Amino acid sequence: MSMFGQVFVKDNKYKLKGDFHHLTPCTPIRDADSGFKLLGVTNPRDMTYMHSYGGEAVFFESLSKGKLLATRCDQFECESKGSVYIPFRIHCPDCLAKNTVIDLTDVARKTARVHTFMVCERSGAFNMLDTPIKFINIEFDGVATILMSYLSIGEPDMQMRVVPIFRTSGPTFTILDLSWVPEGTREDQLPEGFSF
Amino acid sequence: MITFSKQQLKIPQLQKPVYLVSAGQSKFDRAFPDKRTEELCIESFVMAAELLNMSPADLKRYIHSCYYGHFADHFGDQLLGESVIHDRLGLDPLGNVGVKTGGATGGSTLWEGVKAVASGYSDCVLVMGWERMDEVPTDEGNFLISCAADKDWESPLGHIYTGYYAVMAQRYWQIFGKSEESFRKTLAEISVKHHGYARFNPFAQAPMKITVDDVLKSPVVAYPLRALDCCLMSVGAACAILCDEKTAVALTSNSKNKPLRIFVSAGSHTLRPADRRDMDIPLLPNEKADQYRDLGDRFPGGDRYPGFTGFLAARMAAYYGYGMTGITDPTDDLDVIELHDAFTISDVQTYEDVGIRPYGYGRDYVESGDCYHTNPHTGKPGKLPSNLSGGLIGCMHSVGATGIMQTFEVACHLWNRWEEMHGEEKLWKKFNREKPKDWTNLQVKGAKRGMAISHAGVGSHVTATILMDPDHLIRKDA
Repeated sequence: MSMFGQVFVKDNKYKLKGDFHHLTPCTPIRDADSGFKLLGVTNPRDMTYMHSYGGEAVFFESLSKGKLLATRCDQFECESKGSVYIPFRIHCPDCLAKNTVIDLTDVARKTARVHTFMVCERSGAFNMLDTPIKFINIEFDGVATILMSYLSIGEPDMQMRVVPIFRTSGPTFTILDLSWVPEGTREDQLPEGFSF
Repeated sequence: MITFSKQQLKIPQLQKPVYLVSAGQSKFDRAFPDKRTEELCIESFVMAAELLNMSPADLKRYIHSCYYGHFADHFGDQLLGESVIHDRLGLDPLGNVGVKTGGATGGSTLWEGVKAVASGYSDCVLVMGWERMDEVPTDEGNFLISCAADKDWESPLGHIYTGYYAVMAQRYWQIFGKSEESFRKTLAEISVKHHGYARFNPFAQAPMKITVDDVLKSPVVAYPLRALDCCLMSVGAACAILCDEKTAVALTSNSKNKPLRIFVSAGSHTLRPADRRDMDIPLLPNEKADQYRDLGDRFPGGDRYPGFTGFLAARMAAYYGYGMTGITDPTDDLDVIELHDAFTISDVQTYEDVGIRPYGYGRDYVESGDCYHTNPHTGKPGKLPSNLSGGLIGCMHSVGATGIMQTFEVACHLWNRWEEMHGEEKLWKKFNREKPKDWTNLQVKGAKRGMAISHAGVGSHVTATILMDPDHLIRKDA
C-alpha cells in the first residue's frame, strides 16, 4: 500500500517518508493514418516537490488560525516608509530592509473592497477549486497593493465590500486557505472548513 | 508612489549600428507529432540562408555567437534545450546562451543579440526562438503556463493564466470600455481581423473567415473574454541574423534583402499584478504633462496608474525605444506594426501603452480603421496597419519564437518581400495548406519603418523591436 510522500525537517535536513514518485511504463505513440508506424512514446511521471515558504511561512501558518498577515516597511530613511504590502513582502522593495509583520485581519474585515474580478469557466490541470472560479482582487485602506484571491459565495462586482474567511478546519497551508464572502454573509453559509 | 531616477531614465545608446539581414521561420501549428524541435529550428535557419541566397553552411561561417529563446523547459521536458538545438545546428564550439522572459522571450532574445553586436563582442549573431507546447494535453499546458505566475500566491488559484490576465481585462472593460456593447464588438473586430489576415499567411495556424457575431458567440473563457478573443497555443521556430555594417554588406551582396537597422528596448513590471504600486504616467514624446490630469474624471476609476489597466513595461519599452530612434509619434513615424495580441483586450491596452492612442482611447485605433491594411471605412491604406501576420490570435504563439516571428513579418514589409514570402504556391504546398482563392497581398507599400512588441505574462517583461530602412532613419545619430 503506497502512501503520499510526507516530509519533516530535523537538524536542518529534509526527512522523507512515503512514496515521492510512482512508476508508470512508457507506451508507444503510433500514426493511425500511416500504418501505425511509430512516432514517439508517452513519458508518464508523477513527482512530489518539497517547497520552502521561507520567510512567508508565518503568513500561510496564520491563515489556518484565522489571521491575515501583511508586512510594512518601518525603515526611517526609506522613501516608502509606512507602506503596507499584501501579498506579503519579506523585504521592502525599495530599501530591501526586512519588513515588519503586521496583522491586517481587522483592516481587511472593515475595508476590503473588490478592485476587479473575473469569473473563469475553465481551469488548468491540478486545479483544486470548483469552476467557475470567481477571481477577485482586493484593495484595502492604507495598503499599497491589491491582493488576488477568490470569492466563495455570491457574484463579484467592482467596489463590492467583502470580508475574509479562513480554512481553519483541515487547512491546506496554501493560499487556498484564504477566501472571501460578501459583507453580511452568515457563518452558517460558509463553505465547509471555513470560518470568519 | 514610485519615482524613477535620471540614471534609470537614460536613453540607451548602441556603440555601433546593428543590422537585421535575414530571418526565417517554420510552419506554425498546434502540434507536430512527426517532427522534433530541431527539425523546425533547422527549417527556419535554412529559410534565413535562402533569403540571402547562401547555403546554410556558408551562412554559419559568419556567425560568432548565438542567442536562443526558449521559454518553458517543462513543456518540452528538456533542460538545456538550447544546447540540443545549438548542437543540431552544428554551431559548436561557438558561445551560446538561453533567454527566458515568458511571452517576451523572442523579443528579449533579439535584445541580447543586438547588444552582442553593438558592443563589438560579435560581428554576426544568430537569434533563434522556439517552443514545444504539444507534449502535454491542453489542460496540463494551462497548468504549465500558470507556473509563470507566483507559485504560492497565484498559481494555486485555478492554475489558469487566463484568469490572472482577465481580472485586468475586466477592470479595463469596465473603466475605459464602460462595459459598452459597442466596445465588446470592437474587441471582436480585432479577432475577426487577425484570424482573417492569417488566411493570407501560409505559416499561420488559425486562418478563419469569421464574423463579429462568431466571436461573440464563441464559448466564454473568462467573461468578457471568449475563446476567439484568446491567442493560440503553438509549436514552431523562428530566427534572425543580426550583424554589424561590414558583415551586413557582405551577407546581402547577393540578396534582395536590404540590411535593416534594428533597435531593441525593454521594460519590466511586477510578476504579480497585485504588487503594482501607484505612480505618475511616464510620458511618451507625443504626450503632454497635463493631458492625464483629469483621466479619473473622464473615466471614473481610471486615475490609478498603472493600476490593472496599463502595462508599465510596454510603456517603458516604448519610452526607451522611441528615445533611441527619434520616434515622436508611432502612427506618423511607423508604417507597420506587430503587437502582442495575447487577448483582444490586451491588444487595445497596448495601443495606449505604446502611444498609438492616449490612455482611455485605444479602441479608436480599431474603430477609425487605422489598424487595417486597407481602412474599411475609406478604402484607403490604414494609417498604421497592425498584425498583418495574424498575430498571436491568428498566426501563432509559439512563445520563444513569437517576438522573432513578428520581427520577420515587419522585415518582410520593409524588404518589400511580403508578397513573395506569403504568396508563393510552393510554400502553401510545402506546409500542406490550401491557399485561399481570395488570397490578398498585404504588402504595406513603401514601408520604411516598423515595430514589434513582445510581451510577457501580465506585463512582467516587454520589448520593443524597431526596424528602420537605414536611408530613412529619424535620428541620424541613432
